[in-house]
Amino acid sequence: MLITITIDGCEVSVPKGTSILEACRMHDIQIPTLCYDPELTSDGACRLCVVQIEGNHNLPPACRTTVWQGMVVQTQSPKVRAARKTILELLVANHPLDCMTCQKMGNCFLAEYAYDYGVTGEIYQGEKRKLPIDDGNPFILRDPNKCILCGKCIKACSQIQGKSILDYSFRGFNMQVSPAFNLPYNESDCDFCGSCVSVCPVGALTEKHMVGKGRPWEIKKVQTTCPFCGTGCNFDLNVKDGKVIGVTSNPDAPVNGKALCVKGRFGTDMIHSPNRLTTPLIKKDGVFVPAEWDEALDLVATKFQEIKNNYGADAIAALSSARCTNEDNFVMQKFMRAVVGTNNIDHCART
Amino acid sequence: MTNSINEIPNTKLMFVIGSNTTEAHPVIGTKMKQALANGAKLIVVDPRETQLAEYSDLYLRLRPGTDIALINGMMNIILANGWENRAFIEERTEGFDEKFLETIAKYPPEVASQITGVPVDQLVEAARLYATTDPAQIFYTLGITEHTYGTDNVMSLANLALLTGNLGKESSGVNPLRGQNNVQGACDMGALPNVYPGYQPIVSPAAQAKFEAAWGVSLSPKPGFMIPDMFEAAHSKNLLALYVFGEDPVLTDADANHVRKGLEALDFLVVQDIFMSETAKLADVVLPGASFAEKDGTFTNTERRVQRVNQAIKPIGNSKPDWEIICELATRMGYPFTYQSPADIMLEVASLAPQYAGVTHGRLENHGLQWPVLSCDHPGTKFLHEGTCTRGKGLFMPIENQEPNESPDAEYPFLLTTGRKLAHYNVMTRNSAALETYSPEELAEINPADAKRLGFQDGERVHVKSRRGELDTKIVITERVPEGVVFMTLHYLETPTNVLTNGAYDKVTKTYEYKVCGVQISKIS
Ligand code: SF4
Ligand code: SF4
Ligand code: SF4
Repeated sequence: MLITITIDGCEVSVPKGTSILEACRMHDIQIPTLCYDPELTSDGACRLCVVQIEGNHNLPPACRTTVWQGMVVQTQSPKVRAARKTILELLVANHPLDCMTCQKMGNCFLAEYAYDYGVTGEIYQGEKRKLPIDDGNPFILRDPNKCILCGKCIKACSQIQGKSILDYSFRGFNMQVSPAFNLPYNESDCDFCGSCVSVCPVGALTEKHMVGKGRPWEIKKVQTTCPFCGTGCNFDLNVKDGKVIGVTSNPDAPVNGKALCVKGRFGTDMIHSPNRLTTPLIKKDGVFVPAEWDEALDLVATKFQEIKNNYGADAIAALSSARCTNEDNFVMQKFMRAVVGTNNIDHCART
Repeated sequence: MTNSINEIPNTKLMFVIGSNTTEAHPVIGTKMKQALANGAKLIVVDPRETQLAEYSDLYLRLRPGTDIALINGMMNIILANGWENRAFIEERTEGFDEKFLETIAKYPPEVASQITGVPVDQLVEAARLYATTDPAQIFYTLGITEHTYGTDNVMSLANLALLTGNLGKESSGVNPLRGQNNVQGACDMGALPNVYPGYQPIVSPAAQAKFEAAWGVSLSPKPGFMIPDMFEAAHSKNLLALYVFGEDPVLTDADANHVRKGLEALDFLVVQDIFMSETAKLADVVLPGASFAEKDGTFTNTERRVQRVNQAIKPIGNSKPDWEIICELATRMGYPFTYQSPADIMLEVASLAPQYAGVTHGRLENHGLQWPVLSCDHPGTKFLHEGTCTRGKGLFMPIENQEPNESPDAEYPFLLTTGRKLAHYNVMTRNSAALETYSPEELAEINPADAKRLGFQDGERVHVKSRRGELDTKIVITERVPEGVVFMTLHYLETPTNVLTNGAYDKVTKTYEYKVCGVQISKIS
């Protein structure tokens, strides 16, 4: 059933049960939020998505308010913008302003909204946190000083990954989000799936190996399919200057959404491993000697032809690859069947 | 899989047997945990107490290799209590006859319990939960198939699903989780000795005629060698040349020493890979392929979803996309392969394999399609066997319990079972510096009672020996494995577990018995 509401003077129709925030997103109306994610439950923690509803005195969070027939919503009224600005001023007051060197720059929601709302960090002056950075594991860098306590990582860990590694600890000014007892990640039971990193709106959680490797505007993202198991997760390869510098979640991935595991999210550095083979090799007197493609391919073709002529096609076999693409495998079996002339083709279907 | 991965969070019961899902298929593992959060029940059957077992409502620690006795026992209990789905059996199945019932009658709870080591009350509870919860799904992996009677294990699970009607519905079916990223696709593409692309049998004259017409050559009607046959044939000089593409059988195939000798006996070995694998070291010619980031194409995942692989960077160094290398070889051997791109190749696949008839790279976009995709406007298939099974009616097969090819004995008293761990994928991820720092070495698991008896300390290096080979490995002492069982992985070149494993294989699929063999363990003097 569709419901008609008015947002900023425009009539729109949305399904019953939709929140105001979702209704706005469906119609490309921007509402700032630091804690909402379509894959997670909403609890209105950041209160940045407040809106004004006609006939309603307070400003309810759009993520927690369901639409009703005839609702009239203002998303950018002065009152709304003032409320949001106060929230942002308070957040920035206790946030380091080292944006120039922050890995999240260009991708940081706090910075984006601060810019939009003219937040300077000068209104509220106070003590800033000086907490140690957790970099004791190879994958995730946690800078608690940048954490805005939105709680998204906590929900990602429990609702996506089904673990409960992260939680709030301490109170008031000292509040932190971290593994239990404020232990570093590598002393917790963490699986290093990185779901927490994928939802963090600021630079508090970042991919360790991507630090210093590139800025969002320099990075080309290429969606692809993970090569490490049969689940078939999709993710974005982050490419800069012809090099893969890391992986980020692609929320549109059909199987997995933002979820990945440690292999998919952090294992693609094997692409640029120094151990990669970069040239054909021919063994001469027991040692490999680099060769040109023509020489290597001619040798293989001649040898196969020779063996086929002298001993029959069935003296040749191929092991194809469950790691390579369908197209690679199709061509391989056609090569063996139609060119060599044998059905001696198999692959490790069984491992 | 007959079902889809995203049906998992909505299922009511998961029966997970022989699958270390949270480590081998981590994101499927997270979907299972989401189902638990939604109130589903979980039964885990595994000799090793996996992480998933810790989340389970019921954990059955069976003796390795006794799956059939366990499943027959559950079916015995289901029938004794009238929990079977009579309507489903009548309408949708055949073979529910005297012979089948006689077989099941041989496994009353006490007998099943005695064979499997699982207490009777757990068997009853598992049977009750599975039979009376709707929808219920079965998941299995190599713990079921990597036995000399793997095919029978699988048929046994099919019996259980048929008996209870847990099949052919949303969130209900029998789901093998395929291990390697494109093992489903490699099978679909006909990288098998007995079928053309789309599972069309080599021995079918009609299929042969179809492919001969398409490819313009005459084709051999004789099924080819399966992997174990290849190494045998190499030993006996019936096979002279082998072209190994993106696999490392020296590390990943059972009885590695035997495999290595087979490869050494060849006249000519070509290896095409992205790394200098153990197998590549033995090669006469090594051809550098491109990684998934350097080529276009598709992978087909365990839920039959064909998805795009998109080129992100140029091939490293002087390497080339694998399909191009193979095309160049074909052309040099007098049959020009003139494909311009992987998309071009997929057009030919679609014209030959009915399951892929409607698959084109363009249609896949960023969401993929689940086969069968029967035509250009067919939307793909979320779950199989709706209404009818692929073969018409579901067939009950009487299956008896069997013993592994090599069980522990006085000389080799420990049972070695093998598997994967979270941080690595076969042998390739060892080249990831990040994963390597995190998980740098083999840690064989051994039970505290055994460790105490043998005087082993946690982290000690010990010597492991089987009838086929021996090695040294570091150990971790843990209750995850029962007494008498040792668990090792296949990820580490320095600890090549497969020198120990048994090369005996399933009579139909020729899958090696990686899951059970006898070993002895001793201190390093
Ligand atoms: S990496 Fe995964 S398991 Fe670890 S804290 Fe983050 S979400 Fe939780
Ligand atoms: S670490 Fe990031 S996601 Fe977690 S609470 Fe802090 S800001 Fe939010
Ligand atoms: S990200 Fe992990 S679970 Fe997903 S396909 Fe890759 S290896 Fe498998």
